[in-house]
Amino acid sequence: MKRFTLSPAAVRMLLWIVVAALVLVPWLPQLVYPVFVMRLLCLALFACAYNLLLGFGGIMSFGHAAFFGTAAYLSGLAVKNAGLTPEIGILLGTLGAALLGALIGALAIRRQGIYLAMVTLALAQMVYFLFLQLPFTGAEDGMQQIPRGHLFGLIDLRNDTALYYLVLTLTVGGLALIHRVVNSPFGHVIIAIREHEPRARSLGYPVDRYKLMLFVLSAALSGLAGSMKALVFQLAALTDVHWHLSGDVVLMALLGGMQSVLGPAIGAVIVVGLQHYLDAFGGWVTLVTGVIFMVCVMSFRSGIAGALKRPVDDTQAPTTPRHG
Amino acid sequence: MTEFFGMPITVIAGQTLLGLVNGCFYAVLSLGLAVIFGLLRIVNFAHGAFFMTGAFGAWMLHRYLGVGYWVCVILVPILVGALGAGFERTLLRKLRGLDPIYGLLLTFGLVLVLEGGFRLLFGSSGQPYPVPESLRGTVPLGFMVLPLYRVWVIVAALTCCLLSWWLIERTPLGATLRAATEKPTQTQAFGINVPMLLTLTYGVGIGLAAFAGVLAAPILHVNPAMGSNLVIVVFAIVVIGGMGSMVGSIVTALAIGVVEGWTRVFYSEASSTVIFVLMALVLLLRPRGLFGREGSA
Repeated sequence: MKRFTLSPAAVRMLLWIVVAALVLVPWLPQLVYPVFVMRLLCLALFACAYNLLLGFGGIMSFGHAAFFGTAAYLSGLAVKNAGLTPEIGILLGTLGAALLGALIGALAIRRQGIYLAMVTLALAQMVYFLFLQLPFTGAEDGMQQIPRGHLFGLIDLRNDTALYYLVLTLTVGGLALIHRVVNSPFGHVIIAIREHEPRARSLGYPVDRYKLMLFVLSAALSGLAGSMKALVFQLAALTDVHWHLSGDVVLMALLGGMQSVLGPAIGAVIVVGLQHYLDAFGGWVTLVTGVIFMVCVMSFRSGIAGALKRPVDDTQAPTTPRHG
Repeated sequence: MTEFFGMPITVIAGQTLLGLVNGCFYAVLSLGLAVIFGLLRIVNFAHGAFFMTGAFGAWMLHRYLGVGYWVCVILVPILVGALGAGFERTLLRKLRGLDPIYGLLLTFGLVLVLEGGFRLLFGSSGQPYPVPESLRGTVPLGFMVLPLYRVWVIVAALTCCLLSWWLIERTPLGATLRAATEKPTQTQAFGINVPMLLTLTYGVGIGLAAFAGVLAAPILHVNPAMGSNLVIVVFAIVVIGGMGSMVGSIVTALAIGVVEGWTRVFYSEASSTVIFVLMALVLLLRPRGLFGREGSA
């Protein structure tokens, strides 16, 4: 039986169609709700940023919601409590997430594989408790009514269309950066470390420094996604730092395809879409997410992007992470 | 004399004992986690979910069939353990030979399924479970009044830990188990059914978690989220103690429980984060864990 696959040219074509469609979204509000698309974009960027670490670094973090949520809260703090403009808010959120990424990353890379997953999960739980208790976060209510403000003091972001184009630009920029990083000399060293760490070390690469840099980059881009989310929904809440979200982003990467740069974005669209439509049925979201998780692990480990990729590419496609 | 750093001794002693009770739950859970990890090389994310299933099992048996507490203490671990063994046999086994991360992910999926399922059935608010008639009394200790049930929890959990340690370190079955951990193929060549041993180990580990769940049912409110919150703490304890030795993980778990109790006295805001801070410190000073062996990553 011939497998249905896509050639690189077809993929590129598809990509342009998707970008064109995304640009047209605000003009077709009767077809799709722009705020929902913004949510998709934020989580797509989050998933791809996460996968930079999992798929390409072979480093499994189970606490990435900490970066997403911290950035959301910091942006909220900057824009709402300090009255700064939204671009400063996003910048501060991203920087904060990068800083937290440096802290957590430095601790986490002292262990490997499943231990690293447990360490990141535990540290992220600590961040969760911090935000539960800090005075400005509103605890269970979350930080509400974060003003969107005026971009550069000029463009009113209360207008959904203006905000949409900001989010789209930043998301595409973030994804382009991830693509660039993966295909850069830095990215190749990262893949070398994943495939054979002792050899990379023996070739003189400062392995830990590379891992940490990747961790910080992934955390910063996750933070960018979180900051945008806070502006779009004008809300930073405990669900943004909860381990459920850390699990969701792993699922997005797994379902979409860990071996590709944009695969996790497909996973994000499916997971977020599913959660959106299942919301009406009450408690089914968690159960169904869990079932999809188990099915993916059991029989769909290469993900959607992996399934669509031409077998020829398999020689170059990175294998699954090998640690532990 | 009745004060210590400005805190009444009775408060400190009380929190020490309460911390010890928590530490007992940590100990039973981290023990099961360590046994499963030792043999199957799987970090069982679903450990907390099975703990919760155990608590719900006791609650359901009591509510719908009127089964008493003492029957549940025996029956629920067996039932839930069988469930776990079935899960290992049908799904988890197929992931052998793959990166251990997939085992973590599969069991994480199971967490969502179990939590989501119980939430659908019973909602997310807690269900009260009555303390059994025979354990309702209190023990006057002079400086405080200790509920009898907490005494039972400490005794039961420590007995359980001791029994597991004796079983694994001092019996022929334990020797086989350790052999299968070190050299699975060689052990199999001696005619020992290693796959069966794996299934049984997983089942027993899950049974331990369910046992802790039954113990916890009258203390904590039985609710779908009770397991996952606990398991993350237990993960931190495992990182602190290292999975190298059983005694190590039990001692670490009890000590952490007590430290948590003390933190509640002196700086209660930090009581939920102190374990993670300790973990960070251990990672900085002794990355392989307090009792971890060299090379166990």
